[in-house]
Amino acid sequence: MNQFHYPILSIIIFFPLASAFLLMFIKDMNGNNDELFRKLAMLVSVIEFLISLLLLANFSDTTAEMQFVELVPWVKSFSLNYHIGLDGISLWLVLLTTFFVPVCVLCSWTYIKEKTKYFLISMLLLETAMIGAFVALDLVVFYIFWEFMLIPMFLLIGIWGGQRRIYAAIKFFLYTAAGSIFMLVAIIYLYYYSYKTTGAGTFNLLELYHLNLPISAQFWLCAAFMLAFAIKVPIFPLHTWLPDAHVEAPTAGSVILAAILLKMGTYGFLRFAMPLFPYASHQFLPVIAFLSIAGIIYGALVAWVQPDMKKLVAYSSVSHLGYVMLGLFALNIQGIEGGIYQMLNHGVNTGALFLLVGMIYERRHTRLIDDFGCVAKVMPVFATFLMIATLASVAVPGTNGFVGEIMILVGAFKTYPAFGVFAVSGMILGATYMLWMYQKVMFGPVTSEANQKMADLNAREIMTMIPITILVFVMGIFPNLFLRKMDASVNYFIEQYNYKLEQSIAEKNKPPVAAIVQKNGFATNKKNATVRHGNL
Amino acid sequence: MFDLVWLIPIFPLTGVLINGIFGRRIENKSKRLVHWIACGAVGLSFLVTLTIFLQLLGLPAEKRLYDFNWFSWISAGTFQASVGYQIDPLSMFMCMFVTGVGFLIHVYSIGYMWHDEGRYYRYFTYLNLFMFSMITLVLADNFLLMFLGWEGVGVCSYLLISYWFSDMANAVAGKKAFITNRVGDFFFAVGMLLLLVNLGSHGTWSLKFSDVFTHISLLSPKLITVICLLFFMGCTAKSAQIPLYIWLPDAMAGPTPVSALIHAATMVTAGVYFVARCNILYTMSPFAMSVVATVGAMTAFLAATIALTQNDIKKVLAYSTVSQLGYMFLGLGVGAFAAGLFHVLTHSFFKALLFMCSGSVIHAMSGEQDMRKMGGLKDKMPVTFYTMLIGALAIVGFPGFSGFFSKDEILWKAFSSPQGSTGLWLAGLMAAAMTSFYMFRLIFMTFFNECRASEHVKQHIHESPKTMTVPLIILAVLSIAGGFIGVPEALMGSNRVEHFLAPVMGMGEGKLLMAADGTKMLHEVSEGAAHHAFSMEYGLMLLTVLIVFCGIFLAYLMYMKKRALPEAIAAKSPFSYRLLLNKWYIDELYEKVVIRPLHGFGMFLWKGIDVVVIDGLVNGTARFFMKCGNTAKFSQTGYVQRYAVSFLVGAVVLAAYYIYVG
Repeated sequence: MNQFHYPILSIIIFFPLASAFLLMFIKDMNGNNDELFRKLAMLVSVIEFLISLLLLANFSDTTAEMQFVELVPWVKSFSLNYHIGLDGISLWLVLLTTFFVPVCVLCSWTYIKEKTKYFLISMLLLETAMIGAFVALDLVVFYIFWEFMLIPMFLLIGIWGGQRRIYAAIKFFLYTAAGSIFMLVAIIYLYYYSYKTTGAGTFNLLELYHLNLPISAQFWLCAAFMLAFAIKVPIFPLHTWLPDAHVEAPTAGSVILAAILLKMGTYGFLRFAMPLFPYASHQFLPVIAFLSIAGIIYGALVAWVQPDMKKLVAYSSVSHLGYVMLGLFALNIQGIEGGIYQMLNHGVNTGALFLLVGMIYERRHTRLIDDFGCVAKVMPVFATFLMIATLASVAVPGTNGFVGEIMILVGAFKTYPAFGVFAVSGMILGATYMLWMYQKVMFGPVTSEANQKMADLNAREIMTMIPITILVFVMGIFPNLFLRKMDASVNYFIEQYNYKLEQSIAEKNKPPVAAIVQKNGFATNKKNATVRHGNL
Repeated sequence: MFDLVWLIPIFPLTGVLINGIFGRRIENKSKRLVHWIACGAVGLSFLVTLTIFLQLLGLPAEKRLYDFNWFSWISAGTFQASVGYQIDPLSMFMCMFVTGVGFLIHVYSIGYMWHDEGRYYRYFTYLNLFMFSMITLVLADNFLLMFLGWEGVGVCSYLLISYWFSDMANAVAGKKAFITNRVGDFFFAVGMLLLLVNLGSHGTWSLKFSDVFTHISLLSPKLITVICLLFFMGCTAKSAQIPLYIWLPDAMAGPTPVSALIHAATMVTAGVYFVARCNILYTMSPFAMSVVATVGAMTAFLAATIALTQNDIKKVLAYSTVSQLGYMFLGLGVGAFAAGLFHVLTHSFFKALLFMCSGSVIHAMSGEQDMRKMGGLKDKMPVTFYTMLIGALAIVGFPGFSGFFSKDEILWKAFSSPQGSTGLWLAGLMAAAMTSFYMFRLIFMTFFNECRASEHVKQHIHESPKTMTVPLIILAVLSIAGGFIGVPEALMGSNRVEHFLAPVMGMGEGKLLMAADGTKMLHEVSEGAAHHAFSMEYGLMLLTVLIVFCGIFLAYLMYMKKRALPEAIAAKSPFSYRLLLNKWYIDELYEKVVIRPLHGFGMFLWKGIDVVVIDGLVNGTARFFMKCGNTAKFSQTGYVQRYAVSFLVGAVVLAAYYIYVG
């Protein structure tokens, strides 16, 4: 269904693209037009955000159906459709994207001095790609947006990045592309299989949900999808592209990368890998849960020993996304809603941290923790924002981070309490590395003169931080505003997942036709299955 | 009126918002306005609390329970947590002294912080935020909201300890406090989650105190023990008990009013409050109770030994706080919940008083905290001296002062209750002896004999301003009078505190008294004991008083009469002196056993696993393909001759194949 008479999602997807196209025609004038470009890009991204608020206003939280759906045949011979839609799972991610792009444009106002025009164009292209990936309901459309995302990001890192930007950009590109290749193969196989079984092949995700895949095939397909997403998340031990990419990317790049791009992976699990292959993904559950916990602890411990602030925040992402994955694979409403919520939180909090690290970097051109000290004295406003972001990141109750974490932990304790205990330890470690950084950077005696001369945040920088800070508290105190929009979709997700899982299990246990029906064995297995998932 | 309970936390929160956002501008315009806002907010909270408290007193005991559900905080599926406040004797009891003492300390802070070069509004914003968190902690009607307050006070404590952050030691102390508390919170959270999920599997998806306590019997005793112990681990961090007490002495790096408010009177008693709140859980697990009692007694003893040798006036008080908190847990652990809470109350009066007096001294001594450089302040600061003397008499349990009643109650219960034992009592008694010694050592070193400060400091010594001395006097009065609200029955009192708290504690002591093994009924035994053993109680009381006098006399001997004696003793037993002076080397132990190895492990994960193994594989893969390409590129050189040669070779091979094989 579509609440509007016009294709609102397409407008949201392609408005930045069209604007970027128009920007190309304005002359650069050797950087003299930069101010104009910035203002235009800002205008575009703010309008984009306002349009996306229409989605929120008209979103119906009573149905699990896809909303604002558009379906236009594209390549008929392959029954390939331009099929997009939105539900409670993707709604907030789209809004998160449209929220962060203006923030990023604003934060790079003075930081990007070269090729500003192209920087802003990349930014807008990236926005199109990200939103497209979040709303795509056709595997090919999804894949196109998914891969398209890499190009502007690659440019952002490779052109406007730090010293090792080329290495980082290529590593980022190849790492992620390598995973995606397997996904492409899996997508083609899915088409082939649907063609074979139903006579009409399809890339339509909603139809493919109902495909009955043989268990043996599910395993490999699921593995292929999961690999692509796991790299993007990133799940330990596939995370090593992340610190490099983050450290080398310009501030805005890091923010987008952390806030939105990483969510592609977790979103992919929720939208594709899990519902398409319930049985196989359920088989992977212990592995994923283990790797999530390992990631939580590993990321935190490695973050603790980083000399570079940006790298520290990057490793903390590994830890936080471990929580998200743990929540999603708890497979109950608390876990999954907590996981989605934590995706948003991580976006907001880590986005804020990268912004703040960027601000301090612009002043001193270093990010080494040892180079700083007593910054709180010269930059009290900055200190306040960093403190709030730090507390949110270590999930102090009252901030958004806590809500996500506690929901995930509740979900995890319901499904696998033993794992849950280890996950809680992230609480201690998180506080350790964040406060360690805060103390070294902000407190202590003045060590160098350069630090004393740093100016506090200017009006533009404060403007960048205020909306994020407000979000931290609103999301921490009134999470129900956000959670209620997800309920219907998440409940439907769990219902479908369990239903198909039971089906697969039943199918697997179906005795061969010739054999005598082993009533007992069948019954016990089925009972086991119900017991195991009864508390979802 | 009960529906206005939300006003109590909201006033300080408003103060936080106003001072936090506009504080800089307000301060530039009028510095006074900052403290008017902050103190006013807490004062209003106190007034609302007082009104509600009086209303509660007007109700019959069994009706003293009201739940105000404000709004739903987090809910997902069956998991619900709301922002709701519970009004009952326990929460109001806590809230009364939290807001009351809090208000006094806010006023005291005006004088203490006025000349500080840091930002005035920042201090009061943190202090207000602390009040908000602490009020939330004691008023919350469910575990999760309480946890918000629980962590919130930790954050404020962190912010205020590192308030003078230019000194690295303060910043490190703040961090240490927060992380140690987080370790405790880890256990707390695990306990809470276990409780939630296990109760949930029995159909009660709630973290509300009333729901949890009515359905707790559904859980197995073993599980309850585990949960109780996990919760108690959380309390050992917040209330500075063995093994997680290490942060509290360092926390004295903060401004002294903060030490008085957070690290003596209110926050550190949160653990005691929590155990008392969960008295039903604990009474169902005798093992957990005995752990609480043992840890309490051990802490009371250990901290007192350390306090004997400290020279920093605030450190002495800090260890004495740890020791007194140990008493409270000892009380809780032997089932005397009301006695433990009574000690919380009296302790909040006299310990806040002691800290504020020490603050007044430090203020006069231009920031000097070493008692070896003090002395002879008695005549120069009479108000401070007399109020501090009252505080010291109260803490050592001098007959007639508040500490006497509460401490004696605990020691008696430690001896007489079925959970108690002679060992616990003896530890408490010895701690009491040491308390009287180190407190009077402090008094003698600070106020008597000659002044050992430098000339420059001497000139500045003065009595503190009115905003500081008036709160001192009020607290001094409370330190004496506060004890009389809970005079035990043995001394012809009616023990009003115990009766007031009975509806809450009654749930533990009355309804669910069956100890988990189903044999002992706590209240029967304790009631029986109460009637038979008055003579016994008198005897023990007398013994305690005697031993307290001994301690005071010994301090008099060593620090007034024969002042060479302490050094002689220290020289004679260097090992034990050093052990005590260095706080049993517990900090060093944690550093060596936990922190260093973990940090090293993190380093290994980064340099070893991340860089070498994983990235080695990644880059290795890339290099492998590059090598393949490099090798294969020789087949694509573009030289026609080479293609012709390879063509020829191929043709020969094929021909050979068909001739010889095919």
